[in-house]
Amino acid sequence: MMRRAVLAILALLGAALPGLAGEIAESARRSGYEFMSADTKAMQDDDTANPAMLSVLDGETLWRTKAGAAGKSCSDCHGAVDVSMKGVAARYPAFNAASGAPVDLGQRVNLCRRQHQEAEPFAPESRELLALTALIARQSRGMPITAGDDPRLAPSVARGRALFMQRQGQLNLACTNCHDDNWDKHLAGSAITQAQPTGYPIYRLEWQGMGSLQRRLRGCMTGVRAQAYDFDAPDMIALELYLMSRAHGMAVEAPAVRP
Amino acid sequence: MPAALVNVPAKAKRGAVIEIKTLMSHVMEPGYRHTAAGEVVPRDIITSFTCRFNGAEIFRADLFPAIAANPFLSFFTTASESGRFEFEWIGDNGFVATASAAITVE
Repeated sequence: MMRRAVLAILALLGAALPGLAGEIAESARRSGYEFMSADTKAMQDDDTANPAMLSVLDGETLWRTKAGAAGKSCSDCHGAVDVSMKGVAARYPAFNAASGAPVDLGQRVNLCRRQHQEAEPFAPESRELLALTALIARQSRGMPITAGDDPRLAPSVARGRALFMQRQGQLNLACTNCHDDNWDKHLAGSAITQAQPTGYPIYRLEWQGMGSLQRRLRGCMTGVRAQAYDFDAPDMIALELYLMSRAHGMAVEAPAVRP
Repeated sequence: MPAALVNVPAKAKRGAVIEIKTLMSHVMEPGYRHTAAGEVVPRDIITSFTCRFNGAEIFRADLFPAIAANPFLSFFTTASESGRFEFEWIGDNGFVATASAAITVE
């Protein structure tokens, strides 16, 4: 009798947290930061040593630069970035009512560019787009990730989770095979981390530059010899959204440094 | 002007050893890489960094192709008097960038 009641409670708890609890127990979740060497941690922790802050500086200039046929800058509508953008990155990818689908932070910036500035959208991974997203993400540093809380996003989170679990590529590996099952091990000399995207866009030492979560995911897909999703493809956004919901409640570190 | 981040303590006690940290935004293209078409990507690096305090040179570094993008340099000096640090980066293709920071010595 007692046992049945416990099982019923567990089942209820499971139903109440659809996919958001992640596949790794909440108490065992660790940011990629914790897998890094002391030197790389020190680089991220000091804003005058973190090379991603150069991109943030760049973003501050772009934020005030008028662009497009409308001749408006970001700050003309949004004002001071540290006020208006506080906490925004923590909830992205977010639901976009116009398209009925989630958009990530880079897509949101480009929607603004097209609709309000009447300018050409920035190319994926362009210096400008990374600078603006780094600046915006910086304003959420230390805040808990809440992406995926919107109930309208549930189908996309589920789609992203299915993709995470799906084997792909010539090596026939799913994300989960490394990032859930083997995150405490190494792949060659590198730590396999938990796929908790707490610090994007990041400055990656291997890249000698900035990159988005999409670039990082494409790197992993190429690694398992799969056809990488196109930038901004719906499946790419769904996977980003699932990963962010997996890190639900963890602190934003952006812009982070990664090896 | 390319972005630079300079970290100098605003205040220091006379005679104290202080750390100065500089981060310069630069691609540091080594000149040994090729494009997909086989053409050499021309070298584009910072070749020299100088720090002057009240006009007198206190630190200089030569940089080479093996140095990573966005070079970070840190060094130590003794705070002798109040004044201004001036930083200068010089590189290929006429690259010149400067920054400065003031310190009050008590």
